[in-house]
Amino acid sequence: MISGITKDYICRLAADGKRMDGRKFDECREIKIEKGVAKNAEGSTQVRLGDTTVMVGVKMAPGEPYPDTQDSGVLTTAAELIPLASPAFESGPPSPEAIELARVVDRGIRESKTVDFKKLCITQGEKVWVLFLDIHVLDYDGNLFDASSIGALSALTDTVVPANRFELGEDFKLEVEHYPVSCTSVKIGNAILLDPSLDEETVADARLTVSIDENGDIRAMQKGLNGSFTLDEIKSIINISKIKGDRIRELIK
Amino acid sequence: MEQLIKDGRRIDGRKFDELRQIRIEAGVLKRADGSAYMEWGGNKALAAVYGPREARPRHIQNPTRAIVQCRYNMAAFSVSDRKRQGPDRRSVEISKIMSEALEHVVFTEQFPRASIDVYIEVLQADAGTRCTGLTAASVALADAGIPMRDFVSSCAVGKVDGQIVLDLGKQEDNLGDADLPIAIMPRTKEILLLQMDGHLTIEEFNKAVDMGMNACMEIYEMQKEAMRKKYPGD
Amino acid sequence: MMDIEEKHREREIVLPGEFLGENLKPGTGVYNEGKQIYSAVFGVKSVRANMINVIPLGGRYIPKINDCLIGTITEIGPSSWLVDINSPYPALLHVTESPWRVDFGEAAKFLNIGDAVLVKVSSVDETKKVQVTMKDMGLRKITGGRLIEIAPSKIPRLIGKGGSMISMIKKSTKCRIFAGQNGRIWLEGDEPSINTAVTAIKKIENEAHTFGLTDAISKYLEGK
Repeated sequence: MISGITKDYICRLAADGKRMDGRKFDECREIKIEKGVAKNAEGSTQVRLGDTTVMVGVKMAPGEPYPDTQDSGVLTTAAELIPLASPAFESGPPSPEAIELARVVDRGIRESKTVDFKKLCITQGEKVWVLFLDIHVLDYDGNLFDASSIGALSALTDTVVPANRFELGEDFKLEVEHYPVSCTSVKIGNAILLDPSLDEETVADARLTVSIDENGDIRAMQKGLNGSFTLDEIKSIINISKIKGDRIRELIK
Repeated sequence: MEQLIKDGRRIDGRKFDELRQIRIEAGVLKRADGSAYMEWGGNKALAAVYGPREARPRHIQNPTRAIVQCRYNMAAFSVSDRKRQGPDRRSVEISKIMSEALEHVVFTEQFPRASIDVYIEVLQADAGTRCTGLTAASVALADAGIPMRDFVSSCAVGKVDGQIVLDLGKQEDNLGDADLPIAIMPRTKEILLLQMDGHLTIEEFNKAVDMGMNACMEIYEMQKEAMRKKYPGD
Repeated sequence: MMDIEEKHREREIVLPGEFLGENLKPGTGVYNEGKQIYSAVFGVKSVRANMINVIPLGGRYIPKINDCLIGTITEIGPSSWLVDINSPYPALLHVTESPWRVDFGEAAKFLNIGDAVLVKVSSVDETKKVQVTMKDMGLRKITGGRLIEIAPSKIPRLIGKGGSMISMIKKSTKCRIFAGQNGRIWLEGDEPSINTAVTAIKKIENEAHTFGLTDAISKYLEGK
């Protein structure tokens, strides 16, 4: 719970073009990406976005295809907001926040055809590769969407399909064909701030996450919180996301 | 039958009473009141402490002291065969015995109605995760400034090809004849956690416990070092 | 609260379970088994007049009677407010302990959720149920300015011997500064001065255990 005084302070700063940690409105916190951190996973990454830390792991196993896509592999994304990461997280079944996070990250990966799922078919109609993306939040200091999306894409670039273990041939590197990067901004008063810290998120009126691929095309979007955006604001956010996304993409590749 | 001991050495080249490589770092998380990260052989675990804080729901509050609630959890990607979200029976049991071990050392009487929540997250598993988790949890408690009688130091001993060996690796755990995790309070050598499964003669048990307790003392030195590193010599 | 800036102390960092000595009087942060005294926390050993204490380097704030704190309102009742005092124990502020005349059910008119208040601990029972009051000099609702938080265990260092450290910062930055025992600090002044004060306070929090801190802070403030 944030005090009225701190809330007023953040709003005052925003109205004055400033932020608590001295960043510019369109500036991200420091990003640190470490691949291959979980050796029992087929691919993994730990991402630090400022003080927010997320670990994403990829596990793969053969399974049944969906009835309407008999020749494609399956992607299933889950997120855990474990109580270790914040006093606000409780043990138990996934909260609406955890489910939204998983679905937004999933959409970014799926819609941009990051992985060609047709290449993950083993026997049409019977057996395909199931790709499990597990987002494990370890330290929550704002902007889980971007930290998790960066982690997910990076973990995929680190993934080796474990064909050998299941007697389906030689292990092979998972081919990543597209690189969607998500950028999240929040609105405080009339100010738009990129990569919100925890305090900024708590005070924000509205939030927008935009996922853009390497060609500059939009692949996924999600608006959150109970405030509103004008169309101009949304266009401006898309623009910032494109520019900043390019820089982040270089870090992941 | 695979030979687990060859020419006086184990399959990973270790001697019978040799520990795997261990690394402990205290104070690694921003939000938690105390935390520790530990690498033990191929194990990677993160421990965090929140507390003392108000125990919720109200009905679990104890009016005379704090309760210690430990939650041991394995990340989905921490093991070879992906683990489903949520506590399974094994995690619930481990959580219970860890809570009991830690409750013995914490001065809970100082915090009536409160809860000291300890979270252990296994990120990579390689046999001995409960010992790794409990050892890290003890450091996290110290890091959180929780008043305690002492640290809790933990290690496992086993029997493999008829030999008593220290700190089982994954294969040794799967194919061995006995597994004995223990945890002690280093100053008094009191035993706070003890489990055993397999087959040991009384003599073998005595040898195993002896080996285990000595190893716990070694691990205790590493726990202290991890805390001292927070404030390097000034 | 033990003052750790004094001459003949031994500033040694100790760990829980560490042996400290025998035949001394046990103070805070320690426990004894017979005549042997051991540290109970991760902290700084301090011996004073044959009494041995360990000043914790961390730990949450546990309310003590007469402590002055900064709280935030989290719940409103018909004749009381629940105050978050950055502790495992929330505090109750009864309307009769406020500076206003509050009719039944009208509490929200005076203090709302998120409002910050300067309060004093009036009672703590054996189950640590806490009551606070605003009826004392200087206690009031606070508005504007900046609210920051440091580890409660570092507050004594921030205040300094006889208030010397905090006075130095106040004088140099010309800010009003109130440091609650619960680790919360309220500052009022112009933006750049507040920023300077906050930097000095964070520096004290990180280096509370070191020697020569007063000089280091003094130098930093002079430079601004």
